Amino acid sequence: MINYIIRRLLIALPSLLGISVVLFTVLALAPGDPFEDLANNPNVPPEVRMALRAQFGLDDPIWQRYLHWLGSMLKGDWGFSFISRINVDTLISQRIGVTIAVIGMSQLVALLVALPVGVLAAVKPYSWFDRIASTLAFVGFSLPTFFTGVLFILLFSVQLGWLPFVYRSDLSSTGWQWWVDQFKQSIMPITVLGLFQAASWMRYVRSAVLDVIRLDYVTTARSKGLGERAVVNKHVVRNALIPVVTLVALQMPAVFGGAIVTEQIFRIPGIGSLLIDAILRNDTPVIMAVTFVFSCLVIFFNLVADVLYGWLDPRISYR
Amino acid sequence: MAGSTPASATASPVAARPAKSTSLWAEAWRRFKRHRLAYWSLWLLGALVAAVLIGPLVYKVGINDVDFAQKLATPSAAHPMGTDDLGRDLLARVLYGGRISLAVGLAAMLMAITVGVTIGAVAGMARGWVDAALMWVTDLFLSLPQLPLLLLLIFLFREPLKQAFGLEVGIFILIVVVIGGFRWMPVARLVRAQFFSLREKEFVEAARALGASVPRQVVRHILPNSLGPVIVAGTIDIAAAIIAESTLSFLGLGFPPDVPTWGRILYDGRDYMDLAMHWALFPGIAIFLTVLTINFIGDGLRDALDPRRVL
Repeated sequence: MINYIIRRLLIALPSLLGISVVLFTVLALAPGDPFEDLANNPNVPPEVRMALRAQFGLDDPIWQRYLHWLGSMLKGDWGFSFISRINVDTLISQRIGVTIAVIGMSQLVALLVALPVGVLAAVKPYSWFDRIASTLAFVGFSLPTFFTGVLFILLFSVQLGWLPFVYRSDLSSTGWQWWVDQFKQSIMPITVLGLFQAASWMRYVRSAVLDVIRLDYVTTARSKGLGERAVVNKHVVRNALIPVVTLVALQMPAVFGGAIVTEQIFRIPGIGSLLIDAILRNDTPVIMAVTFVFSCLVIFFNLVADVLYGWLDPRISYR
Repeated sequence: MAGSTPASATASPVAARPAKSTSLWAEAWRRFKRHRLAYWSLWLLGALVAAVLIGPLVYKVGINDVDFAQKLATPSAAHPMGTDDLGRDLLARVLYGGRISLAVGLAAMLMAITVGVTIGAVAGMARGWVDAALMWVTDLFLSLPQLPLLLLLIFLFREPLKQAFGLEVGIFILIVVVIGGFRWMPVARLVRAQFFSLREKEFVEAARALGASVPRQVVRHILPNSLGPVIVAGTIDIAAAIIAESTLSFLGLGFPPDVPTWGRILYDGRDYMDLAMHWALFPGIAIFLTVLTINFIGDGLRDALDPRRVL
């Protein structure tokens, strides 16, 4: 198992490098000059500007600039936020916890909804339950997260007044009340993101279970006299989950996209809203760093999926 | 067909004749109609498209007619979808925004399909190291965080394109290229897989034996047979592109504020939800219905264009 994880880690490294190349190319190809403002400033002579360019290595060949940039990224030297006036890595470490918590909880919600519903729908295909669940799944992933978020706020905050619509990281209450408040303000963002995921996962689970449930070994399990519950839970679901894990890993980039939108709607102070703020205020170092962090997270979750894959399917681990 | 279902049409020789006369597309259409939700979705989407295309010609209210007396008016006979904070008619703006959203969806889909089919076809025909390299790039693109990169690209390239092509066309090109550029990977994989199996089929071998050049084999024989899944993927891509465009507009990074796309109207209306919920609701419903019907149609096409289906 350890061996397998190490091998997967080694496979993840080239993709991380590839992503860093893509990111850097985008940045290098982008028109515009960081010292453009200085060019319009009459107090700064052109020689000073040229000297600055040389000092920051803007005149070096592109591969040299890339290696330099990669080196400082690896050393944790991610630059300095123009707006917040603190180091980018401090800024990100302050914000990333909320994002991970919201994404993690919503994935859990999605799993808790999609797994039972998908399995039940597949066990009795084309029944009423299956039809309703499948149609709702279609509705679920056709509703963009920003619209669901707005609808939720409209219903639960504006009309009913049950839940707060702004997420606060500085809750004034303490003790038990803090947990209650935290729970109340987290329900909507987590549900919005979770239900969107659940809708597409449910379809994956349903079709995967449908594929497995017709196989001979399931018939064998039934003919041994096992109860339907044991057959489904022990024999069908575990095998059906193997393709589902792959599809879920492929969905990770979309999950992060949804998280950015959700953070923006509910004003959650995570790295998604940090990214939007940075873009709206031209804070380039923060934009680069957050995009890179998102890339790392995607790779990381792909890795987790691979490890899960190895655990679900023992045939893979020893290859 | 595998003989699992008794083939009703071919069971008697008399019934076989009309079945033969139906073309491939008529057969697909027959199967498509059996998917009720997809069939009705096609009508609904057709109505939506017609409304967006013809609507502004019939409903002659300017999208920028400011009328402060009618500020934030709820839906009425004069303003069927109400008005926004400047008293602009929302129906006119939603109809106009629909044109942009649908145009972005179609153009981004075409871009994704073109790139995907090209890369998939090259990888499928070349094999060897070309295939390996192209698939590595495909996998790399699949693991890129799309929305952050989308935002980054738009942030970096918005100004220069604005200067080169003018405000609206520049943003349109940028959004279409960027969204399309992030959606070609599934198509490339599908096409490559199809090419791998089709190029070994007898009819392609026959064409090769008759001296057909590689481009002719691809264009005349392999590509038409691999189009089914591509059409399905393309349909779903329209929906995904519309969502992506609305998301960008909703984040304030799509079209400029005075261009009313669906996402932008929703974004503007969000702050007035307690006073005028119709403002955010109608563009949201428009996005939802368009995306839902397109997804259903894609599902119906999947059933209709899968030749293994006996339905």
